[in-house]
Amino acid sequence: MPATLLEQVKTSTGRALRSEEMIINMGPQHPSTHGVLRLELVVDGEIVVDVIPHIGYLHRCFEKHSEAMTNYQQVIPYCDRMDYLASMNMDWAYALAVEKLLAIKVPDRVEYIRVIMGELQRIASHLIALGTYGLDVGAFTPFLFMFRDRERILDLFEMTCGARLLYNYIWVGGLSHDIPPGFIDKAKAFCKYFRPNIKECNDLLTYNEIFIKRTANVGILPKDVAIDYACSGPMLRGSGVDFDLRRDDPYSIYDKFDWKPQIGTGEVGTVGDCWDRYMVRVREMEQSLNIIEQALDMIPEGEIASAIPKRIRPNPGEVYVRSESPRGEIGFYVVSDGSGTPYRVKARAPAFVNLAVAPEICRGYMIADVVAIVGSVDIVLGEVDR
Amino acid sequence: MAITMSPQEITAAIKAKFPEAVLDAKLEGVIDPFLKIAPAAILEVSRFLHESPELSFDYLMCLSGMDNGKGMLGVVYHLASMEKKHKIVLKVEVPVATPAVPSVESIWRAANWHEREAFDMIGITFTGHPDLRRILLPDDWEGHPLRKDYKVPEYYQGMKVPY
Amino acid sequence: MGLLDQKFESGNVVITTVDNLLNWARLSSLWQMQFGLACCAIEMMAAAASHYDFDRFGVIPRATPRQSDVMIVAGTVTLKMASRIKRLYDQMSEPRYVISMGSCSNCGGPYWEHGYHVLKGVDRVIPVDVYVPGCPPRPEALMEGLIKLQEKIRSESLVKKSA
Repeated sequence: MPATLLEQVKTSTGRALRSEEMIINMGPQHPSTHGVLRLELVVDGEIVVDVIPHIGYLHRCFEKHSEAMTNYQQVIPYCDRMDYLASMNMDWAYALAVEKLLAIKVPDRVEYIRVIMGELQRIASHLIALGTYGLDVGAFTPFLFMFRDRERILDLFEMTCGARLLYNYIWVGGLSHDIPPGFIDKAKAFCKYFRPNIKECNDLLTYNEIFIKRTANVGILPKDVAIDYACSGPMLRGSGVDFDLRRDDPYSIYDKFDWKPQIGTGEVGTVGDCWDRYMVRVREMEQSLNIIEQALDMIPEGEIASAIPKRIRPNPGEVYVRSESPRGEIGFYVVSDGSGTPYRVKARAPAFVNLAVAPEICRGYMIADVVAIVGSVDIVLGEVDR
Repeated sequence: MAITMSPQEITAAIKAKFPEAVLDAKLEGVIDPFLKIAPAAILEVSRFLHESPELSFDYLMCLSGMDNGKGMLGVVYHLASMEKKHKIVLKVEVPVATPAVPSVESIWRAANWHEREAFDMIGITFTGHPDLRRILLPDDWEGHPLRKDYKVPEYYQGMKVPY
Repeated sequence: MGLLDQKFESGNVVITTVDNLLNWARLSSLWQMQFGLACCAIEMMAAAASHYDFDRFGVIPRATPRQSDVMIVAGTVTLKMASRIKRLYDQMSEPRYVISMGSCSNCGGPYWEHGYHVLKGVDRVIPVDVYVPGCPPRPEALMEGLIKLQEKIRSESLVKKSA
């Protein structure tokens, strides 16, 4: 290119290009970006030199809505729609924050049901993450198998609260409906049905030679970089950091169950590559099954709506509560000014923070690897953009 | 060796090193104890919190912009230590007319996108930030939506915005 | 009226009008553009997966607008995204149809009142053929919407220009 034209070509952050570089736009509509994410790739041939993510294509003004609602409970449907693949965990985190503001304690039965729903939701969310990840790197069958298993979980949710995807189930102080008769047996049958399917998933995808070639030693995230960028969830655990909010910043009744956080070990590659993050998710599904089976055996009788306050009017104050969603640390910073409406609700979304590390770990790999790396971060644009 | 410090000990350590930086400290009677820091000193205090071996605050959990009302904007930093397992909240307040706060991106890289979002939504400019531009809203949007006196525009690029 | 391929009476010869033939061909293989925006995209994916199979209607997802017949706008349309949707719609070749799936793309959905960045209905930028209500609509509801679109195509005519 003539020198004058070359000077005019700049990325949106003002970086000028060398003559062998090009900008390739993986635009908002792309089959592999898991939603409306725009990645501006600066490439030198096939090697990626820089990645500039552009987000905000799904900014739905969650924080403005939460200030405009007339009631703290009315914010919960908007929390659902933030991370729509893990709605139960979103509702739960917000309910925990407001319950801490009000200093109320929920009945035991509510805690057990919340844990069961949260862990079922974790399995459902990981199934989509793994299925679409396989789809990204070219494997179509695991996607169909995982959706088939996910339909069984959605049947359980639909039995309880009527909705398949966005539940509005976990309310401040309790739940909206009690679990119906027959739920416990159906859930136990699901656990028995699903456990061998994890082995099937491993046979199909995890130890597949092509999958390993695509994901091992790709997108390596070192431990100190992960902590500096405040990554959380499988991103952090895949890099070898033994940190799980359910055990290290405990909430609810997770200490009553026998389970272990799963960490990446660099089994087929380096610690912190895409395969490690993928494997952490597969193993977490199995741990969630253990928790669900134990909770189903231990669930007590009791009331579920006795602690739901009739009028939510917390004292002026603020609180930050974090909990473990399938993608990482979901935190809600709720500020109350003494009225019935929140003054400020800030949602710290795990995918928003995890995505910021993508430019660091994509450098030096090929364009096809960018697809694998962004898939392993497991973003949901609803919570990235809120 | 991990020794979790109490909020009083953390406040004492900061006050010993930076006596004028701590404007206020609310440690009793609140759910999350917080310290109010002078805006000009936030970078040095953050560096001390990050590098001191006893404090070792290496995890920036959340950074939020706030519209405190009465002509003041604020930034709230929620910090945690992975090793020592203690947490602290820092607050900074600036007037609406000159909303400039030093950026802590050089200390915790996680602050990069959080500060861009605070700039986008509330309008606080972070001095020293490598790339301060709008992150969620389009680049030609006018106004900062999370301020309490924000008016929704009637049209944007020819599309009607209200219902 | 049954499907055209059931009408073989006299030895592999079918007599029909050109309109019927074209409409039958178009409605039996509506290739959709894989365009999921938000939560409704998950229900669209579930509709395309094995339990509520979409493939038996002849609908397969294509990544590019140039090879697709129907664009299912699944999810909230924001102002930042609206110009891209218009561009994608312009890139589709005729005959092209649009199904607006879910409350958000019908009319703004739960964000109609205070959403300053939400476009209140995708029909403000592109013409829509079928609206499927729900938040999110069940996969069966989406299939009903698709069948309604098929009925709409069935009544099209070469002579009369479609909307």
